[in-house]
Amino acid sequence: MTPSAPRTPAAGESAEPVAFPLARSCPFSPPEAYAAMRGNGGLTRAAVPGGKEAWLVTGFDDVRTALSHPASSSDARHPAFPALGDGEQAVAAELRPFIRMDPPEHTRVRRMLVGEFTVRRVQAMRPAVEEICREQADHLLSLPAPADLVGEYANRVSTTVICRLLGVPMEDLEFFRRVTSVSGARSSTAAEVGAALSDLFGLIDRLIDEKAQDPGDDLISRLVNGPLARGEITRTSLLSQIGITLNAGHETSRNMIPLAALDLLRHPDQLELLREDPSLWAAAVDELLRHLSVADVITLRVATEDIPLEGATIPAGDGYIALLAAADHDPRAFPEPERLDITRTRRNHVAFGYGAHQCVGQNLGRLEIEVALRVLFEKAPGLRPAVPLEDLPLRSSSAIFGLEEVPVSW
Amino acid sequence: MVSPAPGSGPRLHADTDVCAGAGQCVRAAPELFDQDDGGLVVLLAADVPQASLPRALDAVDLCPSGAIGLR
Ligand code: HEM
Ligand code: SF4
Repeated sequence: MTPSAPRTPAAGESAEPVAFPLARSCPFSPPEAYAAMRGNGGLTRAAVPGGKEAWLVTGFDDVRTALSHPASSSDARHPAFPALGDGEQAVAAELRPFIRMDPPEHTRVRRMLVGEFTVRRVQAMRPAVEEICREQADHLLSLPAPADLVGEYANRVSTTVICRLLGVPMEDLEFFRRVTSVSGARSSTAAEVGAALSDLFGLIDRLIDEKAQDPGDDLISRLVNGPLARGEITRTSLLSQIGITLNAGHETSRNMIPLAALDLLRHPDQLELLREDPSLWAAAVDELLRHLSVADVITLRVATEDIPLEGATIPAGDGYIALLAAADHDPRAFPEPERLDITRTRRNHVAFGYGAHQCVGQNLGRLEIEVALRVLFEKAPGLRPAVPLEDLPLRSSSAIFGLEEVPVSW
Repeated sequence: MVSPAPGSGPRLHADTDVCAGAGQCVRAAPELFDQDDGGLVVLLAADVPQASLPRALDAVDLCPSGAIGLR
């Protein structure tokens, strides 16, 4: 399906749609083509997998407008929804995770969860996250070097944190790690994603029963004995909402931690600033989030009415993708965007998105990244990549950008 | 020109109907904003002291949902 012709709003738009998604040539920069697209008057036409077309939004102000406009729909059941993976649209249309819902339905589900992630609640999790990171750093450093920073540290930290938050028992952790590696890979077919998700849902389904009987101090227990018991959400929907929280909360941190560690190692002056003044860590995490913008292409939308941007209009009925890495590297918002500068005063990046769907787990995400990096650099002051950075295998098949494997020595 | 009466400086307002609850305002200006147990914004002070003005403006810019404003 093509966007309804011929309302071509973009000045200087090229005739051929760009094949999307685009691969990064450097793990620490957005795809090079984004810079040129910013000159296209705001919108670039893209051909997405499955034969559809969609608009790419690249400017910082335009991305914020496109994600906060009341006519921006996240509903995957819309035919023009610009899914990037084979199984993605069908699965999202069936399971209806709230990341792919619109208000007022979205608001109702999101409000069941936001209380779990307040600034105060997340601050209270700091000691537990520190303990997890110490344990996993000890595990990594007990291995013969070189060892894999993704599999032996970041993935173990992020799965342990998310499972503890939700109340997934430790004995199910390995199972959870296996299932999420299939469901999160863009190279997985619809059938593979379906099978992995049904395994994951089987686990959550069992936990719902267990926690109705024997509630613990965790997110699933509170949802089961609150909104589910009161009939405010169906069991099927609750399964989907727990599933998306587990998935979204695990893959993002798993990918961010190794990339952020390498990004700091490439900028020894910035790492030195942090060693001199640890109070800079909070700002450093936000700058790393901006610089890497790993959830670049997660923001898939359909315009239910015309959405006017600075230099162009997204026509009603068309799909679009508000590119977060493009916005976070817009030099009008962040001068010299390619420079990692932890002393930047502007912190309004969109690495967590913008508008009603802005990441619900962002405070936990920031905490995990900060603690995981601090513990790592403290326990392994000589940490270094064991292969040239150009040789690191990119995980470009995934919805969230990351590295497949990062061998490190110390 | 009449000098402004006390309390007629910049005033904050917050709209819990549209609040997305991720707490950007609390991070930006903890002396002005809090979140209730359900995650929604709570104004701690409507009148913004001069010293807090830059943080109040930051919070308004960072809020993803347009739930807070300054006038
Ligand atoms: C660590 C880095 C993280 C990044 C870069 C990130 C990024 C994002 C982005 C960009 C969105 C918006 C998607 C959209 O607008 O369509 C989002 C939404 C979401 N994130 Fe995160 N995230 C991170 C961590 C987490 C964590 C730790 C959790 C949970 C524990 C989480 C759970 C979610 C959920 C449930 C949504 C859907 C919210 C909604 O639609 O209202 N994320 N995330
Ligand atoms: S920043 Fe805005 S959306 Fe987030 S908690 Fe504060 S008022 Fe609500």
